[in-house]
Amino acid sequence: MSIITIALIVLVAFLAGMEGVLDEFQFHQPLVACTLIGLVSGHLAEGIILGGSLQMIALGWANIGAAQAPDAALASVASAIIMVLALDGGTANSTDAISTSIALAVPLSVAGLFLTMICRTIAIPIVHAMDAAAEKGNFAAIDGLQIAAIALQGIRIAIPALALCFVPAQVVTDALNMMPAWLSGGMAVGGGMIAAVGYAMVINMMATKEVWPFFALGFCLAAISQLTLIALGVIGVSLALIYLGLKDLAKNGNGGGSGDPLGDILNDYE
Amino acid sequence: MAEKITLSKKDRMAVAWRHQFLQGSWNYERMQNGGWCYSMVPAIKKLYSNKEDQVAALKRHMEFYNTHPYVSAPVIGVTLALEEDRANGAKVEDAAIQGVKVGMMGPLAGVGDPVFWFTLRPILGALGASLALGGSILGPLLFFFGWNIIRMLFLWYTQEFGYKVGTAITKDLSGGLLGKITEGASILGMFIIGSLVQRWVSISFTPVVSKVTQPAGAYIDWANLPAGTDGIREALTQFASLGATGLDVIKTTTLQANLDSLIPGLAAVCLTLLCCQLLKKKVSPIVIILCLFAVGIGGRLLGIM
Repeated sequence: MSIITIALIVLVAFLAGMEGVLDEFQFHQPLVACTLIGLVSGHLAEGIILGGSLQMIALGWANIGAAQAPDAALASVASAIIMVLALDGGTANSTDAISTSIALAVPLSVAGLFLTMICRTIAIPIVHAMDAAAEKGNFAAIDGLQIAAIALQGIRIAIPALALCFVPAQVVTDALNMMPAWLSGGMAVGGGMIAAVGYAMVINMMATKEVWPFFALGFCLAAISQLTLIALGVIGVSLALIYLGLKDLAKNGNGGGSGDPLGDILNDYE
Repeated sequence: MAEKITLSKKDRMAVAWRHQFLQGSWNYERMQNGGWCYSMVPAIKKLYSNKEDQVAALKRHMEFYNTHPYVSAPVIGVTLALEEDRANGAKVEDAAIQGVKVGMMGPLAGVGDPVFWFTLRPILGALGASLALGGSILGPLLFFFGWNIIRMLFLWYTQEFGYKVGTAITKDLSGGLLGKITEGASILGMFIIGSLVQRWVSISFTPVVSKVTQPAGAYIDWANLPAGTDGIREALTQFASLGATGLDVIKTTTLQANLDSLIPGLAAVCLTLLCCQLLKKKVSPIVIILCLFAVGIGGRLLGIM
């Protein structure tokens, strides 16, 4: 990799690291991070496909309360770099390169999580320094400390990314080629299943007795392959509106009706 | 009476811009307090001219704070309105400002998580990812711009709403609207997750359940087809009516085909529900993911997946 490519990859990694904690611009989401790394390294098409596959897995990854999700930032950046190395080293089969990078990315996302915890601990003294700055009414120091804390989160991903860039491409390719078929095939099988974990996290956050039937409806309707995601979205929005509308109606109607629905309808015809 | 100090639109935009970096100094002690104080800096500079008031204001905004980073926008809007009143001489106690912040952050976080993290992001992400899997650059572009446009509009307009309505907003919050938004988002979210489980969790069991020798006529009799293009035509015609099982004399049925005839994706939904149970039992998601890889490799070695 050329120096410019490495510099750009480190920049993307820095943005992803920042976003891993800010969660605003979404540079840490695989769809964005992998595409950008693909773009700066000349493997745009593969980057987009890797981003799409990882995104499907990481859809439900969000840190809520005590349950910490795997770190999407390090997972997407590291897997994209590994894929680029494999492709640069002359791996012909991009599908294998992609599915292996995904499998390797997941343990790395654990490391990312650990690094986040370190950053969030280091942030405590930073905030104490902000207290001191507030005491003096020093606006510039408060701004500087906030920016330093954000940069710290950026560096959290930028350094591992830089280190990965110096792994010789040939090594990655050789490792890929040496991998027996059962291992790469098995990782692809595993990769197909792990999306379930992210979806389960979302379900656990939202599920109540009341909304489970909507899960079942979505599941059954999705088997009709003619329905695109947009069509499914429209059905979902309509169902939600209908349900909320009817629920309102039922609440307002309580006590107002005569207890004889058919009679009410007939009366309305007069 | 002195001239009234007001925050101009430019000041409010400066706060909104900084508010995007709310979580930058997220820490285990007071969580988003640093980012919150950082966001308030332009307003404090404008509203208070003497040093003592500035110091007091900065300190008051270093208190504990934590909510969803987007729905924090109306909270900061209300806080701006309160600080403005205070700077103009109204009696607004420190406790009142902190009370408004703490009172709003809980209920609002309860709306922000299901709406943004569990409904909007999975939907936009799945839409973008499904385009991206076909290699289209439109996928990432749609996700990135769609998300950020929605986010920025939301941040700005809800902050403005909070600023204009002021403390009266707490009346709206206690009303049924927030509950309804949360419920609607949960319905939509569960529906979409249901469909994503069906489409994107892939499990395929390869063991062969049965091999049946098919009767004549149920398969294409390759040896006795007419020669040349007529033969191809005849084969394709038969294939269209017989389907995939017409290719061979022996019809093989895999376990997967059996499961699919019950309902496609049955194994996927069972796996998802199992993951739900495991997560409820406080098994770390990362442990589950690593186990799934192990199961995948084991399944491939044994030839069942």
